[in-house]
Amino acid sequence: TETSNCYGWNLFTSPKDSETTERIYRMSTGSKLIAKCALRAAANVNSSKLPKELAKSSAAFLSSAPSGGKHTLPDLAYDYNALEPIISAETMETHHSKHHNTYVTNLNVALEKLDSAVSAGDVSSIISLQGALKFNGGGHLNHTLFWENLAPSSSTELSDGPLKVLINECFGDFESMKEQMSASTIAVQGSGWGWLGYNKKTGRIEVATCANQDPLEAGTGLIPLFGVDVWEHAYYLDYKNVRPTYVNKIFDVINWDAVEKRLADAK
Amino acid sequence: MISMLSTVTIFLALRFQECFAKVDLPALPYDYKALEPIISSKTLEYHHDKHHAKYVATTNSMIAEESGLGDATLEEIMKQSYGSNIGLYNNAAQAWNHAFYWNCMKAKGGGKPTKQKKLMGLIKTSFGSFDVFVKEFSNAANTAFGSGWAWLVLDSESGKLLVTKTIGAENPMNVNSNWIPILTCDVWEHAYYLDYQNLRPTYTHNFLEKLVNWDFVADNLETASAKRGVGSEL
Repeated sequence: TETSNCYGWNLFTSPKDSETTERIYRMSTGSKLIAKCALRAAANVNSSKLPKELAKSSAAFLSSAPSGGKHTLPDLAYDYNALEPIISAETMETHHSKHHNTYVTNLNVALEKLDSAVSAGDVSSIISLQGALKFNGGGHLNHTLFWENLAPSSSTELSDGPLKVLINECFGDFESMKEQMSASTIAVQGSGWGWLGYNKKTGRIEVATCANQDPLEAGTGLIPLFGVDVWEHAYYLDYKNVRPTYVNKIFDVINWDAVEKRLADAK
Repeated sequence: MISMLSTVTIFLALRFQECFAKVDLPALPYDYKALEPIISSKTLEYHHDKHHAKYVATTNSMIAEESGLGDATLEEIMKQSYGSNIGLYNNAAQAWNHAFYWNCMKAKGGGKPTKQKKLMGLIKTSFGSFDVFVKEFSNAANTAFGSGWAWLVLDSESGKLLVTKTIGAENPMNVNSNWIPILTCDVWEHAYYLDYQNLRPTYTHNFLEKLVNWDFVADNLETASAKRGVGSEL
C-alpha cells in the first residue's frame, strides 16, 4: 500500500534508498515548511516498510535543520586546468575535491554534534565543539571565497572604479598594495591566509593575515575582498618551498570583477 | 704594517665569530633514497636542503644580531626566545625539531620496539598497551590543525610517557619543562605532500609501521631518564 503525506509526497515506497534520501534532502533544503512535517513522519513512524536509512536521514535532517542543514562543496566556475600555469590542474583538483571537501564533510559532522548538544542542553559539549567548528567552518568559508576570487589569467582586469580608487587611496598605487600584501602573506608562519579586507568602520581597505583556517570576518571584522591560501597544500606541488613565487604569481589570476563586487556589497 | 693589521683583524674576526652561537645543518643520517617508497628522495631533498637549511640559516642570521646569547646551545636559544622573540624561536625550534626528526626515522624501521625492552615496558605502563600508544600518536599527528608535530615525550615528574601535539614550531620542552621529547613526526604539509597529498593519515600510519627508529627513541629515553634521575624503577 502506498501512503502519501499531506503534500501528496510518497513516503513509504522508496525505489532506491539513496533516491529517497536525495528527495528528502532536496525537499528539506528547498522549503523548511514541508521539511518539518514530512521529516517528523519519516523519522517517527515505526514501520517495517520504512527503510532504516530514510528514518536515519530524516532524523539527521531534523536535527541539523537548526544550524542550517548540510553544507555542500561548491562547484568551481572554471575547469581545474583554467589557472595553469600559475596553479596546476592537479593542485586545483586535490585542493578542491579533497581538501575543501574534507572541510565540508567535517563541518557537517560538527554541526550535527552541535545540534545534539544544543538539544540536550549540554554546554560542555557545545564549548568543546568550537575548535572543530572554527577549523572546518573557517576552511569551508575561506575556500569558497578563494575559488570565487580566482579566474583565468587576463580574463578580468582591475578597471578604473571604486576598488582602484580605494587601493590608490590606501596604498598609493596597485604595486604598493601588491607588495605589502605579498610580504605579509609570505611571512605567515606555518599554515594560514593573506587577505585584502574592507574595514566598514573606516571605509578603508587593509591587508590582514589569519592563522590556520581562522575566518577573516569573524575574527577581525574585516570584510574579505580577496584571499590567498598559503597552506602548503595550496602551492607545494607547483612551487615546493618557494612560497614567494606562488604569492607573487597568484596576482595574475585574481578575479577582479568578483573583488569589485565584494567591495560594492560590503559598502 | 698592513699585513700585521689584517692579521690582527682576521684574528679578531675569528675570535668574534667564536663568541657567537652558531647552528649547524646536520647531514641526513642516510641517503636521500633510503626511506623510499615511504618518503621519496625528492621530499627528503627539499625537506632537508631547503626547509631545514633555511631554518638554520635564518636562525644564524638572527642570532648574529642578537647580543647576550654568547655561545648558547640551540636548546638554550629556544628557551630564551620562547614567548619573547617569536621570529627567533620559530626558526631555532624548527632547526632543532628537524634535526631530531631525521634521527627518528630509518630504513626498515617502524613496527614494535621489541628489542628495546625498557622502552616497550614503559610504553605499556604508560598507555596500557602498544596499540593504544599507536592510536594516540596517530590521532595527535592526524588532528594537529594546520602545521605541527606529534610527539612522544617522557614526563620526568611522573616518570611516564605521554603523547602530545604542537602547532607550528613549538617544541614540548618549552611547553612544559618536565617534558623531554623522545620521538617526533613532522606533520607540516611539506613533510608529506609530494608523496601523499591530502592523505596525512596514510603518511602517519606508514611512519609508525615502517620508519620509526626505535633505537634512537630508546637512547633518548636512557638519556632523559639519566638526566632527570628518573627511572631507577625502570
